Amino acid sequence: MVNLQFIVDGLLSGSMIGLGAIGVTLTYSILRFSNFAHGDLMAWGTYSTLLVVGAIAAAFGQVAPIGPLSFGWPLIFAVVLGMGFTSVLALFIDRILFARLRAKGQMVIVVMASFGASMALRNLLEFIFTSRPTYFNRAIQMAMPVGLGIRITPDQIALLAATALLVVGVHLVLTKTQTGRSMQAVSQNMALARVVGIDVSGVIRVTWIVGSALACFAGVMVGVLVQIRPLMGMDMTLPMFAAAILGGVGSVPGAVVGGLIIGLAEAAAVQMVGAEWRLAMAFVILMAVLLIRPIGIFGVEER
Amino acid sequence: MSGPELRVVDLVAGYEPGVPIVRGASMTVAKGEIVVLLGPNGAGKSSFIKAVAGLVPIFSGKVELAGQDTTAVPAHRMVRQGLAFVPQTENVFPLMSVDDNLRVACAVLPSRMISHRIADMYETFPDLARQRRLLAGSLSGGQRQMLAVARALIVQPKVLMLDEPSAGLSPKFVSMVFSMLTDIRKTGVTMVIVEQNAKAALAIGDRAYVLVEGKERHEGVASELWNDPVVASLYLGHRAA
Repeated sequence: MVNLQFIVDGLLSGSMIGLGAIGVTLTYSILRFSNFAHGDLMAWGTYSTLLVVGAIAAAFGQVAPIGPLSFGWPLIFAVVLGMGFTSVLALFIDRILFARLRAKGQMVIVVMASFGASMALRNLLEFIFTSRPTYFNRAIQMAMPVGLGIRITPDQIALLAATALLVVGVHLVLTKTQTGRSMQAVSQNMALARVVGIDVSGVIRVTWIVGSALACFAGVMVGVLVQIRPLMGMDMTLPMFAAAILGGVGSVPGAVVGGLIIGLAEAAAVQMVGAEWRLAMAFVILMAVLLIRPIGIFGVEER
Repeated sequence: MSGPELRVVDLVAGYEPGVPIVRGASMTVAKGEIVVLLGPNGAGKSSFIKAVAGLVPIFSGKVELAGQDTTAVPAHRMVRQGLAFVPQTENVFPLMSVDDNLRVACAVLPSRMISHRIADMYETFPDLARQRRLLAGSLSGGQRQMLAVARALIVQPKVLMLDEPSAGLSPKFVSMVFSMLTDIRKTGVTMVIVEQNAKAALAIGDRAYVLVEGKERHEGVASELWNDPVVASLYLGHRAA
């Protein structure tokens, strides 16, 4: 009989992929390039959050966790700072690297530069923190049975709820606010966006801030539920791109749905076929989408 | 007496440094006037108004909007200065609804005015009101042009510039667009229209310029220009009566 535990595992893994994929899809649709350094921004965000948690522990001692969770207010405070730091880092990289290359108008060079930025960020992280895995908390949480043979920990419930809130929040910002409409406008026609009075540079800054802040949160989720490693971002890169393409480039709900589908497919593959097939699932789905429906689930073809 | 609403003096502009497309063109547009910019293909008409709108780099010359020097003002700030521009093609956001196409242009308006201005546009263009939830990309060519003009007018510009508003439209939609422009002129908006359909444009224009090789060659009252035998045969594609 099939153990339905893979649904919870898939939803969790899919949430992390989906949050990361939002940044990938926004960067692609607005800045017109595939940022292969996005996963490394995720790793930098996680390590910066870890540093803040460590600093708080050094200053205030060990703080009691919130209710049944494995973490307390220091992690919540630290993730907010981490999201801010990751945004600043992304804006800095854009300013010194991507913006200069974008101005030359050859996006292939920008994509190659993102590979370079990815390697530099990853190696720098490994140099500073070593490649040894680390954790926000080493305490083992007991998973609660919720029926049908499924078990879930309080941390997992909290992080799934936080993901849902973040996704709904970002979706509302993008669809109901002037900032969101401006982002949609720039993604559809940058020259026309300028004509109607939109400050395209400002929209690009917002894109980096939103995408990298969500990447940081996704990285912290990985850190809380799995572990923290300098290569954690690189491991997420293929699933994040697959999710963004599966959902339809430019679509935030699409990126999240794409992430959840890939997370569930990976978890199902682990349970039904074997753990060695987990990473292959994202690749298989990516190929299938590109062959069958290149515009993705939520993609719209222009007339 | 107040000065011209738009004044362009000896404008030299182009996409590549050292390769000017507009070569010293000048134009003066009085408040409430409709000025038509005509000329053969490749004369630099579109580049001229794009340069005025801040979309094509200006190498030398001067642009003044309501007495303010806007020569170096970037495109996205020109709307705040009072200049709205409707490009020839790709002039709507196809994957946004009609309503969002109008709302996105309201970024430069105070928030208390937005709903009022949108209601005004729906009253002026009832076709758009009926289709407000549709994606702009699903509209017909004429309706897209109407939406693009409504989006430009929503900010109550001092000057509205249109780049070939009838290009690519069927005869039915061409007459709809010119009828719409005739209605807009009643509101007193100053307009500059670049157009290949010289007859229709001159019929609604007050004055016209003929641009040739990046510089104005003729200027005059629209109706007289249409009947000028030299201009008509050389640049407007017909023989004057």
